[in-house]
Amino acid sequence: MTSAQSIADRSEAPGAPIWLRYASPQTFFPLAGALIPWFAAAAALLCAFGLYLAFFVAPTDFQQGEAYRVIFIHVPAAWMSMFLYVVMAFWAGLGLVLNTRLSGMMASAIAPTGAMFTFVALWSGALWGKPTWGTWWVWDARLTSELILLFLYFGFIALKAAIPDPRRADRAGAILALVGVVNIPIIYFSVQWWNTLHQGASVSLTRAPAMAKTMLLGMLVMALAAWMYSFAVCFARVRSIILERERDAAWVESMRSNR
Amino acid sequence: MNWASPSAFFAMGGYALYVWGSYAVAAACIVWELAALVHRTRAIRRALGARELKEAA
Repeated sequence: MTSAQSIADRSEAPGAPIWLRYASPQTFFPLAGALIPWFAAAAALLCAFGLYLAFFVAPTDFQQGEAYRVIFIHVPAAWMSMFLYVVMAFWAGLGLVLNTRLSGMMASAIAPTGAMFTFVALWSGALWGKPTWGTWWVWDARLTSELILLFLYFGFIALKAAIPDPRRADRAGAILALVGVVNIPIIYFSVQWWNTLHQGASVSLTRAPAMAKTMLLGMLVMALAAWMYSFAVCFARVRSIILERERDAAWVESMRSNR
Repeated sequence: MNWASPSAFFAMGGYALYVWGSYAVAAACIVWELAALVHRTRAIRRALGARELKEAA
């Protein structure tokens, strides 16, 4: 027995440390179920508040007019597309190293949401590019690397779907996800490394933001809403995946018979 | 207040296609994802023969 397997086994034992206890599908299943309504409610409230700021508080941009209001969709979606990929690769890699069952399920649960945000970032970017740059699409570094991100998500989903044994699918998917992580700094720094049509970062931790305070606030609230949405949706999806994979396990059986 | 009238709001200063096109597709993607998720959840619960699973709290 490897040490990795023993960590996975210990997570099932009563009295295990809390982070290890929730590493097992059986204990994480009800925890995720209890958290979903809170994340969903937070997402709905933040989204409503964010849309109010986006359309009724944030002023008209003096250069772009109303076209800039795409930003409240575009930037949060683009941030989530990168962030979710890193989280997905983290869980996939953790599953590869520690051989925990839940890790691969988490990675699978995150992928469709990440792909969705990537598509929304590309779509809203095209609709923003047309009125401001005069084109829907250019093969510039930022846009191309974001498109590659979408294909990485699709590849991850397709690869896992193509391998019938879920544990083998987890390992193969993890390798693809980890190799693809190299694309994330390329997306992020593309606007500095290359001459791109895409503008540089308007928001950074080291400089004052180059936009009106209410615009920035609306963008941050929408980003927070996207976070809460992602938590709710990924937890709901991981619960389905847990049931699908553990349907023959005794603990799932006991939930059915207690009906 | 940014808008003189509801029609000014929907016109988005002439950028209605681009602004509403972004928001509509984002909303459609979210609805589609949620519908797929509900479908998947129902399918596995039906396969398990349990509408309600009794969960240990």
